[in-house]
Amino acid sequence: MEGLSAVLESLPYIISGIPVTLGLVALSLLVGFALGVPMGVAMVYGNRVVIKIIQVFVFVLRGLPNLVLLFLFYFGIFPLLGWNLSPFTIGAITLGLRSAAYQTEIFRGAILSLGEGQMLAALSVGMSKNQAIWNIILPQALRLALPGWSNEYPILLTDSSVTYAIGVAEILTRGGQMVTRTYQPMPIYLTCALMFIFLNWGGMQIIQWGEKKAYIPGLGRKRETQ
Amino acid sequence: MDSLLFIYQELLPELGKGLIVTLKLILFSIPFGLLTGILVAIGRVYGNHFLSSLSKLYVIFFKGCPLLLLLFIIYFGLPSLGITFSPFGASVLGFVLCNGAYTSEYIRGAIQSVKTGQMIAAQALGMTKWQAVFYIILPQAFRRALPGVGNEIIYLIKYSSLAYMLTCIELTGAGKIIAARTFRFTETFTVVGIIYLLMVFVATKILQWAEKKFSYPT
Amino acid sequence: MNTTSATSILVVENIYKTYGKTEILKGVSFTVNKGETKVIIGPSGAGKSTLLKCINQLIIPDRGRIFLNGEEVLHSHSHINRFRQKIGMVFQNFYLFDHITALENVEIALLKVKKMKRPEAREKALKELARVGMKDKAHLYPAELSGGQAQRVSIARALAMDPEVMLFDEPTSALDPELTGEVLEVMRNLAQGGVTMVVVTHEMGFASSVADEVMFMEEGKILESGPPSQIFFHPQEERTKKFLSRISELYGELNRNG
Repeated sequence: MEGLSAVLESLPYIISGIPVTLGLVALSLLVGFALGVPMGVAMVYGNRVVIKIIQVFVFVLRGLPNLVLLFLFYFGIFPLLGWNLSPFTIGAITLGLRSAAYQTEIFRGAILSLGEGQMLAALSVGMSKNQAIWNIILPQALRLALPGWSNEYPILLTDSSVTYAIGVAEILTRGGQMVTRTYQPMPIYLTCALMFIFLNWGGMQIIQWGEKKAYIPGLGRKRETQ
Repeated sequence: MDSLLFIYQELLPELGKGLIVTLKLILFSIPFGLLTGILVAIGRVYGNHFLSSLSKLYVIFFKGCPLLLLLFIIYFGLPSLGITFSPFGASVLGFVLCNGAYTSEYIRGAIQSVKTGQMIAAQALGMTKWQAVFYIILPQAFRRALPGVGNEIIYLIKYSSLAYMLTCIELTGAGKIIAARTFRFTETFTVVGIIYLLMVFVATKILQWAEKKFSYPT
Repeated sequence: MNTTSATSILVVENIYKTYGKTEILKGVSFTVNKGETKVIIGPSGAGKSTLLKCINQLIIPDRGRIFLNGEEVLHSHSHINRFRQKIGMVFQNFYLFDHITALENVEIALLKVKKMKRPEAREKALKELARVGMKDKAHLYPAELSGGQAQRVSIARALAMDPEVMLFDEPTSALDPELTGEVLEVMRNLAQGGVTMVVVTHEMGFASSVADEVMFMEEGKILESGPPSQIFFHPQEERTKKFLSRISELYGELNRNG
């Protein structure tokens, strides 16, 4: 009973962490997308130096634990640069860069799966390489990348809780604060867990709806009229 | 020069102690995670309705619950039910439960990708369902699941750093303590990061070797 | 530029291409005059497809010169997109853009490359689709078309740019036998309508009835060329004879099985 009242007491405070968690996820997805798409393109069409640089970036960002990256940025690099960024911003940058590494691989794979014919045909009608990438390659590659891309959501959702370590007021941090106040760790942490599981499920429903909308026969979706 | 001296004389010896804890965490977790994954996958595919639903629920919960939160539930929550763990024990349990959930999904997918004819052929030879599962289906499924399972081992290496949040002083924790004492955060976490990258690199090579060794013509 | 006469549209001079240690093209030269249809035949691996791709620089040759209407195409990197607009290309595997409809496939280069206004581009695209008999399928996606239909759309896509010359790279090789007829029919009409074409094909019937000149290519060189009556009935080279008899054997066998 004490557990239940502790949960009820904590609920509003913890729930107000949901926008923070989702904000972290959304920003990270965005950062990852904004960097991952051009890097994925460069991995296929770039020159050797650019490809090497991106490969190193991907290897490092994929190989480092989130926690180490977070500490490196929060305690090390950003203070060293003299930048005074909020924990939330640093969290979003860290998770976003990590996601960029994974998204680079996702988009690279999608472009490669198109085969070289699409680029050849686009060049043969007089398009420049950039026009071909923009009008022909990306519209297809982005659709093909959707399933892999959707996987980034649950990963970022669970990973976002790591920002607890630098005090971002997301769901887990708020749960932890309420635990110190109420001494009811089990009910409160389980409540947090259910919240994450619900957000995971809800997000996937939206993503699946989006995937259906993007379908083109033979490629997976109906194109929106320009 | 100053940095190098610091790294050699202070940092590396301390990090070495932490690294040993990290390796222990990983090496304890891998076999039990694998075992959990196999059992949950078998329960999901071949179990009766109850077992199958239970396996499904297991996966939903442990994949949906952030690992850090799971560690808190085990370390801070379970004692209120009279179950206590050391930071190390709680970490390994958390890693095994989480790793098992992800691994089971790869193994389940692999089991389901083995052609139904294999089961029928095995039973035609007089094997029981479970003999067929263990002697025919699982060996094939395991090889197919190896890339995914290997990926989860790489994840395990990285997520082992979360044990520090339970005050289990492994590699990341050792780094954090030295950095806080010396205020050399950038150097410390760069070195810590490089050690993780080395571990990931070595593990990747071993897994590639294993994939080659266990592959069969298809 | 005095290498080109008044009517020659495409001049290919001494083209060489090497991949690693393999020399694919060993000095290929020929000229195509306005309204002509040239057919290139030869065994696989002869370098026919590489030659076509060198003409619009999808593959950059190591040596040699190519002129379109008297202007040099090669080594003109800044203008290559301009040249490619004037050189239509039809690929063995169609390479239609899979994310847009047949109509949009024909339209897209008009909009993005020629910067046409949408109504104008649409009208032009529909006209070209009608020309290949695909107007009624304009709103289908590539995956919803048969191979023959897809190839006809890809021909319309190239025609829409009003090219000076059309290159066909084994346009029927990827098709089921019963679908080659509709594509060859379209090509025959184009040739009779005065479109300048260079065609790589194994369709000897098409070659003998439509070509102004047939070129036999082997091991990176044009061994022999002339009007179809000469190449098919009085070949001078031993290897041309051999190739032709192999081809007719193959067709004979197809007939026996079919």
